[in-house]
Amino acid sequence: MIGLQHFLAVSAVLFVMGVFGIFLNRKNVIIILMAIELILLAVNINLVAFSAYLGDLVGQVFAMFVLTVAAGESAIGLAILVIYFRGRGTIAVDDINRMKG
Amino acid sequence: MIQTIAFYLFATIVIASAALTILARNPVHSVLWLILAFFNAAGLMVLVGAEFIAMLLVIVYVGAVAVLFLFVVMMLDVDFAALRAGFARYLPIGVLLVLVLAAEMIFAVSAWSAGAIALSATVAPIPAEVPNIVAIGTLIYTRYLFIFEGAGLVLLVAMIGAIVLTHRTRSGVRPQKVSDQVKRRPQDAVRKTDPLVGQGVEL
Repeated sequence: MIGLQHFLAVSAVLFVMGVFGIFLNRKNVIIILMAIELILLAVNINLVAFSAYLGDLVGQVFAMFVLTVAAGESAIGLAILVIYFRGRGTIAVDDINRMKG
Repeated sequence: MIQTIAFYLFATIVIASAALTILARNPVHSVLWLILAFFNAAGLMVLVGAEFIAMLLVIVYVGAVAVLFLFVVMMLDVDFAALRAGFARYLPIGVLLVLVLAAEMIFAVSAWSAGAIALSATVAPIPAEVPNIVAIGTLIYTRYLFIFEGAGLVLLVAMIGAIVLTHRTRSGVRPQKVSDQVKRRPQDAVRKTDPLVGQGVEL
């Protein structure tokens, strides 16, 4: 059987790639949301791999909750994106200063 | 042997498609690469015996989330070429941060393999002779029932929030008014007449 380290390496590369994607596509919110999905996928792979190798089912249950939160997050994020585009006609992150935050 | 080949196949494709997700010029291609990454991650999870999470990944991510992304990308009329300006500007700090993160992860994994951290006792051992989905089902409907319902509540709030955010009342349309229809009585709407032959009715 493949060692746990191999799975951890894959998920580490995936996580790092998600973070890198946020930095590379600073202006495009859609790609940033996709990069966040990649990060959550890496976390899920980590949880499932540990669950399988430590013989504990809780990791898989937790991965399911992470999946739930990821689905909700992308739904709300895309809804905000759509109303933002409707009002401004662009989705460039640099222009988002309406709330003066 | 076949396991090793499958692992390396899935791992290579998942990493390559993740790279293409963040590098693709066209966001539609990005979404399609993301779908490929999810499929291969599901394959990785099947390899370690977590079929339920793998199928959930395919159904929820590929079936719902990725299609949602695809809809939004195609619906918004955005000049994506302009959004790629400054692509190279954040490259150095991005590479730096990524290297720091990767070094930290390698450090953590090697520390864990050296046996530095004692793990707590197993909470819910994986039962033998029982399919994965049965084991997870018995766990989430007994011990984690309230957390499971909380997850359902999260999805409900997300659904209501998305509808409330994107819903708008447009002027100039004539929607159905159910209350007006229910309020209408027969005596307001119906009139009995007894017209003579050949005279017709004046309404």
